[in-house]
Amino acid sequence: MLLDLEDVSKSYPTGEGVLQVLRGVSLSLDAGESLALTGESGSGKSTLLHLAGGLDRPDSGAIRFEGKDIAGLGDVELAAFRRVSVGLVFQQFNLIPSLDVAANLAFQARLGDRYDAAWSEWLTERLGLSKLLDRYPEQLSGGQQQRVAIGRALAGRPQLILADEPTGNLDEATGDAILELMLALMRETGAALLMVTHSNRLASRLGRRLHLAAGKLG
Amino acid sequence: MLTQGFAVLLSHWWRHKLQFAMLLLGLALATALWSAVQAINGEARASYARAAAVVGQDRLEQLTTADGTHIPQESYIALRKAGWLVSPVLEGEKRFGGERLRILGVDPITLPADAAQVDVGAADIGLARFITAPGVFIMSGETAARLKGVDTPPIRISDALPPGTVLTDIGIAQQVLDAPGQLSRLLLAPRQPTEARPLAEVAPGLVRRAPAVESDLSRLTDSFHLNLTAFGLLAFAVGLFIVHSAIGLAFEQRRPVIRTLRALGLPLRTLVLLMVVELLVLSTVAGLIGVALGYGVASLLLPDVAASLRGLYGAEVPGTLSIRPSVWGLGLAIAVAGTLVSAASRLWRIATMPLLAPARPRAWSLASERALRLQAVGGILLLVAAWLVVQFGSGLVAGFSALGAMLLGAALLLPLVLSLLLKLGERLSKGVIAQWFWADTRQQLPGLSLALMALLLALAANAGVGTMVQSFRLTFVGWLDQRLPSELYVSTRSNDESQKVHDWLASRSDAVLPIWNTEVRMFGQPVQVFGIADHATYRDYWPMLEAMPDAWDRIARGEGALANEQLARRQKLALGDMIPLEGGHKLPLVGIFSDYGNPKGQVIIGVRLLETLYPDASRLRYAVRIAHDKAPKLAEELRATFDLPEENVVNQTTIKDFSLKIFERTFAVTAALNVLTLGVAAIAIFASLLTLSGMRLSQLAPAWAMGLTLKRLALLEILRSVALASFTMLAAVPVGLGLAWMLLAVINVEAFGWRLPMHVFPMDWLRLFLLAVASAIIAALLPALWLTRRQPADLVKVFANER
Ligand SMILES: Nc1ncnc2c1ncn2[C@@H]1O[C@H](COP(=O)(O)OP(=O)(O)O)[C@@H](O)[C@H]1O
Ligand SMILES: [Mg+2]
Repeated sequence: MLLDLEDVSKSYPTGEGVLQVLRGVSLSLDAGESLALTGESGSGKSTLLHLAGGLDRPDSGAIRFEGKDIAGLGDVELAAFRRVSVGLVFQQFNLIPSLDVAANLAFQARLGDRYDAAWSEWLTERLGLSKLLDRYPEQLSGGQQQRVAIGRALAGRPQLILADEPTGNLDEATGDAILELMLALMRETGAALLMVTHSNRLASRLGRRLHLAAGKLG
Repeated sequence: MLTQGFAVLLSHWWRHKLQFAMLLLGLALATALWSAVQAINGEARASYARAAAVVGQDRLEQLTTADGTHIPQESYIALRKAGWLVSPVLEGEKRFGGERLRILGVDPITLPADAAQVDVGAADIGLARFITAPGVFIMSGETAARLKGVDTPPIRISDALPPGTVLTDIGIAQQVLDAPGQLSRLLLAPRQPTEARPLAEVAPGLVRRAPAVESDLSRLTDSFHLNLTAFGLLAFAVGLFIVHSAIGLAFEQRRPVIRTLRALGLPLRTLVLLMVVELLVLSTVAGLIGVALGYGVASLLLPDVAASLRGLYGAEVPGTLSIRPSVWGLGLAIAVAGTLVSAASRLWRIATMPLLAPARPRAWSLASERALRLQAVGGILLLVAAWLVVQFGSGLVAGFSALGAMLLGAALLLPLVLSLLLKLGERLSKGVIAQWFWADTRQQLPGLSLALMALLLALAANAGVGTMVQSFRLTFVGWLDQRLPSELYVSTRSNDESQKVHDWLASRSDAVLPIWNTEVRMFGQPVQVFGIADHATYRDYWPMLEAMPDAWDRIARGEGALANEQLARRQKLALGDMIPLEGGHKLPLVGIFSDYGNPKGQVIIGVRLLETLYPDASRLRYAVRIAHDKAPKLAEELRATFDLPEENVVNQTTIKDFSLKIFERTFAVTAALNVLTLGVAAIAIFASLLTLSGMRLSQLAPAWAMGLTLKRLALLEILRSVALASFTMLAAVPVGLGLAWMLLAVINVEAFGWRLPMHVFPMDWLRLFLLAVASAIIAALLPALWLTRRQPADLVKVFANER
């Protein structure tokens, strides 16, 4: 088992008291598997994804990656975990604006010391970014930016890709094309995918799906 | 609608209190330094005006001798008899206790009404008491306070008189100044009887002189005040950088709100008007705070300024400030104008912004690259202009214009230089973090460039002025050694005593060298003429800048004259040019010597010639050569034998210490302004980093998500600030050197008449570098600390969908 969440709870302090977002959520994901996470807006999908990616810590419960609990790790170890084991794709793309496409693509892989020039070139080719390497993020269309973000996530060959509504900011045709590309690349690299979406149509394209409501998975 | 629009605009400041505080602080500080200089200058000018107005010199025509020597009392009597309405004045200086006072003797009976500043007939003085011994000394309250416990005639207070000036009866003045039967000048009443005999017939030696509208003092000190003004302006400019960046950010952040307001139906013109009103209110408040602060700064600086004015020019300026409406007016005006100028481009952009702008952010890399180039071209043009002005211009205003053009040009060039350096860093670095560091630093440049430009100006000013002062100091100390080689300097009180002292010393020392002098008008300006003996002391030590080989022999024979540098420069004198002396006597110029700190021209001739040409010259002072260890004992014996006061026999070290002290105080003001300017620049960086830190989060969050820790990122943030400050310091080195050169070779020559060699002090530069780095660290510390305190939830928000 690659990823294993057990009885995970998370709350946020707000002005009107504590907001309980996740109430004892459990899920597991095998290597190479793809899982869609659906739910209403505000149901806690992103929160769950962030916890799985080591971006935040749960209030209680265990999050195991390859059997090792990451919920109790310190900042330095968590950062190392993100560098090496996770690839992130966000709805807003969140590229690094000061770096050009080439540097953005290589950024995380080089941070984790997992950069492989031949693999990178193949990936660039596959994503159709070869002609855009010296452009800056602001000079790209949304679809192009998201392709860079996918390339960045896959460049270090992590075992787990976390995607938060990756096509939410794109028109339907572009979104579908990008999702196809992403799924194909997943299969080719053998990475597992946990993807948040509120679209049933998109969710059906993945191997398995879970629905989040009232802080629990159903 | 208006109030609602205004409330929305103002709510921005409520949400961004720090930004608001920075805007107010920047503007207030800028105004404060500027107003401080204005208040000081205003005080000094008012004091010069008061000095000039004493006994109506600024309003009445006067009679003087052509060469500035004394008028015999007989000429006065002859003129009165011939029907001329004239009134005598005797002016001189005299020490009372430790205070040197300017004594003005007048005749209250004939004094024209225009010239009567003080009513001596008033009850507390009384005409009879004024004109009969021991007379009355009228002076300002401040002067009287300084004379506490000193033996003088009875004192009466009048604040119409400038500090250090005493008004008394002419008879009393003649006694006090030991000038019986002598007058300095005659005041002419505005209306003279037409039947009076012509002047040439009655008093052939006298000439009419127009009222002195501008006093010698204000002319002499002009350059000093211009220096201060230039500094005030520089400090203001540095402060404006803060204002500009704070306003820029606020306007940038309010773009969406403005768009919404317009979409909701608020006309664009109304919006722009509201923003102008907002700026006016803001700048008025900040200006008021600034002027008040400025008075605080001025009152701290004024004692030093007063001391250096007294030391350099003998100008008396009171040690306390009075509140001047002009300072308030000017301070407010410059605050408002500065704010509007800073905001002009932003307002323009708002006014021309389309209602529906593309959602994508501006392409910063393209836009800023183009802007950088354009700005750099402007910078280069300004540098060229500065060079041209130095080559072909002349005068103090030209000098300062060149200086301003150079500084502004360098500042405009800075962003491009930094951008190139950062690109180089990016190219040279191997690691992914290093590459990202340089690229990201370059991206911050547009937001920080104004603050960095301010830092450049402050650093360059510090380096340049520091170099100037240290060069001056080194030269000055060396020059003092040359100029004061004798062990003792003696001042006697009368010609009679002078002769006795000379005879007494002759057998007890190695040499007694007369320092006799007189003051004349030459080339239309007051010039001191000194007579010196032929002695090895002068041949070995005198600080000659250039001289003919046999200069000292020719002076000894009475066939040559020396001039100081400032006179030579002012009159464009070269060796061999003729110096006009008394009675048509002319001598060739055989040497030019340096004479720092002396505002007046000086000519040196052989002492025998001085005696023949100027029989009235003061013969009271001597320099005494004696073995160094015997000097103190001789000084003591001399004082005891002739009952001379302590300060009339001084040794070399005392004078040097005194001169150095004057020197230090003169530049204490410059140093203080320098430090303040650097402080303002540091605040500018702090303000920019602080305001940027809000937008930083979204730029740093991806790097954090990819696996960099917050501590690491915070450290990089500090490093980024240090790198930028270091590069700016690097750029400041040539600018500082250029500034120092301009101050030494252009401004000083124009302002004071002397040119100084430039010395560079690497340790000072190193210290400045450390100071710059330290301020960069301090400025970055707080935002960096905040970054480490961020919770994951804050950072994750950046990726949240509902943005
Ligand atoms: N940092 C935070 N502080 C307070 N409340 C938060 C924070 N992040 C998310 N929330 C709240 O938690 C709930 C779940 O958010 P999220 O996981 O983003 O939902 P989803 O991605 O399903 O739309 C929402 O109500 C949201 O407002
Ligand atoms: Mg979400």
